[in-house]
Amino acid sequence: MAATNAFFDNYLPVAILTVIGVVFVAVSLFMSRMVRPSKKTKEKLSTYECAEVPVGDARIHFNIQYYLIVIVFLVFDVEVLFLYPWAVQFRQLGSLGFFEMVVFIEVLVIGLAYAWRKEALEWIQ
Amino acid sequence: MIENAYQLIVYVLTLLGVYEWIYGIFQSFGIDYVLQIIIVFVEIVILFAFVLVTVMFLTWMERKVVAMVQSRYGPMVTGPRGLLQPVMDGVKLIGKEDIIPAKADRWIFTLAPFIVFIPALLVFIPLPFGKSLIISDLRVGLLYIIAISAMSPVALLLAGWASNNKYSLMGAMRAVAQDISYTIPLALTAIAVVMFTGSLSTVDIVNAQGGTWFGIIPKWFIFIQPLGFILFLIASIAEMGRIPFDFQESESELVAGFFTEYSGMKFAMFFLAEYAHLFAVSGIIVTLFLGGWEGPALPFIPVQLTSLVIFLIKTYAVIFFAMWLRDTVPRVRIDQLLNLGWKIMVPLAVLNLLLTGFIVVAGVI
Repeated sequence: MAATNAFFDNYLPVAILTVIGVVFVAVSLFMSRMVRPSKKTKEKLSTYECAEVPVGDARIHFNIQYYLIVIVFLVFDVEVLFLYPWAVQFRQLGSLGFFEMVVFIEVLVIGLAYAWRKEALEWIQ
Repeated sequence: MIENAYQLIVYVLTLLGVYEWIYGIFQSFGIDYVLQIIIVFVEIVILFAFVLVTVMFLTWMERKVVAMVQSRYGPMVTGPRGLLQPVMDGVKLIGKEDIIPAKADRWIFTLAPFIVFIPALLVFIPLPFGKSLIISDLRVGLLYIIAISAMSPVALLLAGWASNNKYSLMGAMRAVAQDISYTIPLALTAIAVVMFTGSLSTVDIVNAQGGTWFGIIPKWFIFIQPLGFILFLIASIAEMGRIPFDFQESESELVAGFFTEYSGMKFAMFFLAEYAHLFAVSGIIVTLFLGGWEGPALPFIPVQLTSLVIFLIKTYAVIFFAMWLRDTVPRVRIDQLLNLGWKIMVPLAVLNLLLTGFIVVAGVI
């Protein structure tokens, strides 16, 4: 077997699968283009809105509440990222590592409680 | 020791006595890495074919399960018991006109099917189908799976935004809120499993579940992590966007959600991605909590084959559960969904994490 580095061996399939995926989608879209009919009319190309003439633009302002949820998510997502290396080394770290992480998680739980209290987690206010 | 599908192919070729010969030819040209790329290409094509056939089978299975629950036959005409129905669906979709609304953003509208389909495929790379039947045992396997799955909201948002349709945008925004809310409990419960194994590699996780307690109870993580399993299952179903959490589509309110404006092959790509994702997520649940391919080995049959069958049986059991759920449970409301995610699942997942840490530190398991 060829002596190549492990990173290359491990991620070569990822690269090849990505290429195959792109080619597959592109080829099927192209094949469909060859055989399908294309009779475009003005009505057909209009935006679908339950058979009504579309009113206004779809791209409206969104409620600020939506962004609050996303920001809470960002905080927790970063937290989870910090937890992964800790979990891998968990058995080596022993009880000291555990209690250090309890403090870390506790701070986040307080953060969650604050967001909860401030109603940042509500979909409708 | 054969660790992955690449080495399995090399092993089989060596048994056939042709590997040395082929390798010699490539080496004489000094391009032996080309042989490696060819073998990887072959295994990827096999995986890809497997995924496509599985997806076709799953669409058929879903219809049959729905029909069974509703006391109908489901598709019966094309092929034996309607098995060729998915093929006909594909043929039909190829021939369908592809409409891009005049107001839509053409490029992003076309880009979205690519972005939705490719992550659904990439998740399969570190998925252990059986002993040594894994494309590549990444050392960050679990993190890779969660990272790749996190790409799907991007694709949904692209599709919804590009359509410039109210239903699409609403569906996409809901889908993103739902996806990100349930990624947190999903990742937190996965961490609890990692604390036992001390490794993110999917193969190590499966190996840690080998053997039994007292000779009868298999050492699956579902028995050590019952709460974690339930949370992971609910979060996975929410992440896939299936009933009772199918807000991205919710036919009765949003027509078809983020792919309202899609038709023809582009629609087919969303469909394929959805079912590929269903299989992948069920496979991940089996790997993390249900012992993966661990199970009884039979004499005279290669362990690769028995483990593959065991893995498929377990995975299809999870898939069947998801389909069964779809037919028996009504859809919840979007605010109920977010409340469940943030106010119940996240605190419970944190609790599960702390309990797990305590158990491991106290040396119970």
